[in-house]
Amino acid sequence: MSNAATPAYGQIARDGLWDNNVVLAQALALCPLLAVTGTATNGLGMGLATTAVLAASGLLIALLRGLLTSAVRIPIFVLVIATLVTLVDLAMNAWLHDLHKVLGLFIPLIVTNCAILGRAESFAARQPALPAAFDGLMMGLGFTLVLVGLGAVREIIGSGTLFAGAPLLLGEAMAFLEVTLIPDYGGFLLAILPPGGFLVLGFLLAGKRLLDRRLAERQTRRPTVGAPRPSP
Amino acid sequence: MTGARDTGAGWRERISYQALLLGGFSLLAAALLTVGDLVTRDPIAARRAEDLQASLSQVLPPAIHDNDLLAAPLTLTDEAGRPRTVYRALRGLQVTGIAFRTSGLGYAGPIDILVGIDAEGRVLGARVLAHAETPGLGDKIEIARDDWILAFDGRSLGDPPLERWAVAKDEGDFDQFTGATITPRAVVDAIKGALLFFAAHRDTLTAAAVITEPAPEAPLPR
Repeated sequence: MSNAATPAYGQIARDGLWDNNVVLAQALALCPLLAVTGTATNGLGMGLATTAVLAASGLLIALLRGLLTSAVRIPIFVLVIATLVTLVDLAMNAWLHDLHKVLGLFIPLIVTNCAILGRAESFAARQPALPAAFDGLMMGLGFTLVLVGLGAVREIIGSGTLFAGAPLLLGEAMAFLEVTLIPDYGGFLLAILPPGGFLVLGFLLAGKRLLDRRLAERQTRRPTVGAPRPSP
Repeated sequence: MTGARDTGAGWRERISYQALLLGGFSLLAAALLTVGDLVTRDPIAARRAEDLQASLSQVLPPAIHDNDLLAAPLTLTDEAGRPRTVYRALRGLQVTGIAFRTSGLGYAGPIDILVGIDAEGRVLGARVLAHAETPGLGDKIEIARDDWILAFDGRSLGDPPLERWAVAKDEGDFDQFTGATITPRAVVDAIKGALLFFAAHRDTLTAAAVITEPAPEAPLPR
């Protein structure tokens, strides 16, 4: 496990949120993504839970990286992540029961999120603890951004509302988030079902490429900045 | 890495180190999970009991009973031979209502429903406890998202007549939602099944409490 040069925090944030976004650039974690983004609220819940696990697993694996060898690192990553998720699930069920009732559905799904294993392998196992935790946080926030965006588009097209059920997740104080954009809307089933998720995701991916190309054209002096990176 | 013993970090490449590392981590993970389970088991059981209590109080109004709903439930066997736990609302020794879990087969697996029925066979209330229906479509069966489930309150096997215990699409009296028919159909069928179960076991459900559950300090019923 040789240590690569640690990128600056600004670069880590930029990578996580946009340039190397889990979904938009790496095309990872599509299973939980398509499963929960029927509404923006569900996307937000899944995103926050995943962010917590990403940051914690990044921190733990970076701390343990001195012990690991290349032959057994993957089983140990899986063990660490699965143990972490299970403990979080148990603790939330016992002491944050109301939140668990809303997020409980998503927590076991986090284990299936290959992005967490991907970050453990490609970043946390090679970097010091703090940058690794920060990378987890930023990757998680980038993932949350896409989840909420995809959820919002699908919810508006599919049911004509936005952030429906937000008080269940965030408490009554955030009830104002819940709006009906199109009253008496008949609903558009396709957008809510997984095929609609694929369609909307396709448009989001195309949108990012388009935006990146525009930015690159504008910054002709530094043509590589903002250009889409090849997926790993 | 055959000549690994000669290099500085050679011991890390030995099979014994790798095995011990993996074994050690597995042991550690198992220990952490065991501790986590032990620490959280009682709080989780308590939260579950609170949840059940909260659901029960929605389908058995506090006004009709003065007992602890979770105490001394009845266990009956349903038509399919499965045990069914029945919670009873008692005023004194008289059964004023019962509640039990039932389930219907929805679009994406079983829908667990808690149904409360009064002693005359009218629905006191029904609540969906767990389901995996399509978010935004089928989840309107939850009371938190829609009032639809309240349409069953006060209904019984004669109201509407048995053949109209169905969704509107099947020429019944209950609305379905736009884009979702299977989900409400499953709920209607499950509640109809619960009422049929009550009708079949009415005597046991409403009378046995008096015989098997004499509260120690209460006077005899007659």
